Order: sequence, then C-alpha cells, then structure tokens
Amino acid sequence: MADVALPAPGAAAEAPARADFEIVPLRGLPIVAAVLVALIAAIAANKLWALEFFHVAAGAVWTSLDLFIGLVLGPILGRLTIPSRIELTTRLMPKILLIMPTVVTVTLASGWQLGRYLGTINSDYRLHGWLVASYIVVGVMAVIALGLLEPANVAVLFELKKRRPDPAVIQRLLKRFIYASGIIGAMQVATLVIMTKVATG
Amino acid sequence: MTARKLPPVTEVAIASMALIVIGGIWIASHLPHHVPLGPAVVLLAASALLVLFNVVALRRVPDFNWASFFAVAKWAGLAYAITAGMLLYVFVKDGTSGGQLVVLTLSLVVYAIHVPLLIGFTVARYDPLPSS
Repeated sequence: MADVALPAPGAAAEAPARADFEIVPLRGLPIVAAVLVALIAAIAANKLWALEFFHVAAGAVWTSLDLFIGLVLGPILGRLTIPSRIELTTRLMPKILLIMPTVVTVTLASGWQLGRYLGTINSDYRLHGWLVASYIVVGVMAVIALGLLEPANVAVLFELKKRRPDPAVIQRLLKRFIYASGIIGAMQVATLVIMTKVATG
Repeated sequence: MTARKLPPVTEVAIASMALIVIGGIWIASHLPHHVPLGPAVVLLAASALLVLFNVVALRRVPDFNWASFFAVAKWAGLAYAITAGMLLYVFVKDGTSGGQLVVLTLSLVVYAIHVPLLIGFTVARYDPLPSS
C-alpha cells in the first residue's frame, strides 16, 4: 500500500463538529433486500446465466471497490485535514456499510453455486489447486474485513455521531480502516489472477 | 482518547474467525468426496471456545457500556444472521447433509455471533459510561 500520513497536518487537536448523517442509509435497505431476493431466485433456478451474472457483477464491484479504496482513496484519506476526512467519511462509509456486505454475500453465494453448476468446486477438477488458493485468499480477506475493517468503519461512524467526537479515536479508527483496506486491496490482485486463470482454463 | 485496560477481544475474535475459515476451506477443498471431519470439528470447537473466552472476558470488564454494545450488536447480529442464512441456503440447496452440514451450520453460527460481538465491542470501548 502507498504510504499513509497520519495525523493530518496541524489538525490533531481540533475537536470536530458533530456531523449529521445516517449510520445505515435506510433508503438503501430496499435495494439490498431486492438484490438478495434476486440472488435467492437465481440460486433456486440454478440457471448458468443468472449465476454467472451475479458472480461476475458483484465480484467486479467488490474487487474494484477494494482496489479503489485500498490503493487510491485510502492514502488520500490519510493525508486530508480532519474536517475534510470527516466530511468524506460521513458521506462514504455509510454507503460502504451497505454495499460491501451485500456484494460479498452475493459474490460468494452465487460463486459457490456457479462452481457446483460447472463442476469447478469438485476436488477432481483440473485446476483444483487454484480454487483452493482462491478460498485461502477470500478467507484471509474475510478475516481482515470482518475483524478489523468493518468494526472500525462502524465505530468511527458512531464516534462522529457523538455530541463531542474524540479526534484521537477517529484518527485511530481511520488509520485501522486505511491499513486494512490497503491489505485487502493488494490481496484483490491475487483474486484477479486466480479468477482469470480459472475462467480461461 | 479513553485509555482503559481491556481484554484482547479483537485479537481473539480474529483468531476465532481464522479457525472457522480454515475449517471451511478444509471441507470445501474435499467436496464432493468424503470429507474427514475431525480437523474441521477440532477447529470449530477451538473457535467456539474463543467466543466463550471473549464473552467471559467482556463480562469482567468494569464499567463496560453494555447499552452501547447491545444497541450495535443486535442490529449487526440481524445483518450477519441474514448473510449466514444465505450461505446456509446455498449449502442446503447443493445437497450438503449429515456431518458436513452440521459443522458448516455451527461454523456459520459462530461467525454470526462473533462478528456482531466484535463490532459491538469496538463501538462500546470508545463510548465510556457517563459516570466513568
């Protein structure tokens, strides 16, 4: 990951103003519900096109977002002043809180069903080693995302909702978010290598 | 920032999730053939013990903001129950059954408990009680 400068220039001691935002954007929940219902329908129907669509579309969004946040936006976020960082955080992170778990669930669920349909998850599949490598990469990313990134994401939003947010807490949590995003972004490169190999045989 | 001595909940939760993931990879890498469940059961049991450790360790923290913890953990729990349910649905739809299904289900239960616990903890640790 690129270098991350924390704390931001001359802003560490400032007490940020309380921001007005929704931690979970409620307007997005019907969209998430619709996507999950469509995913269930695709798995129940077990049609190649539908499974391929969900796996490729959600996987592309997941990979692109991880690469963009981890390798492009994260380092920029680390160099912003505290007020700018808060402005970006309060607008970006609530959306990420809905988008990421949805695209990860859709990618994994449709991908498993697709693998079963195509026979690529079978242990006697020619490229089985590559598939196992993808399980390991996804597993490591899941542990980092669930154990470090998401709790930091939620906690920083709760901190920003307080009457007097603590800048030191915000910086600490954002630092964790930025580093975790960077590691996950780098690991997504491995996902791209493995998935293109499996897709082309 | 509040400097309090807290148990290593995050580290333990990450270790617990890593064990679950390793167990899942073990099972997935053997399918559709017979899966020796011994290693997966051991990993699952160790992961569940780590959940228990975290619960006990958290209960012993003085002045922990349980209201804040539960306010976050209950909604996170709902969200993770849904995602765990989706993954379980796929396993059942694929005809997974018997011991494999039991281990995978319990693994998803551990996941759906430990992740919300960790999110609730991370929020509550920075939200001290007004009196403390």
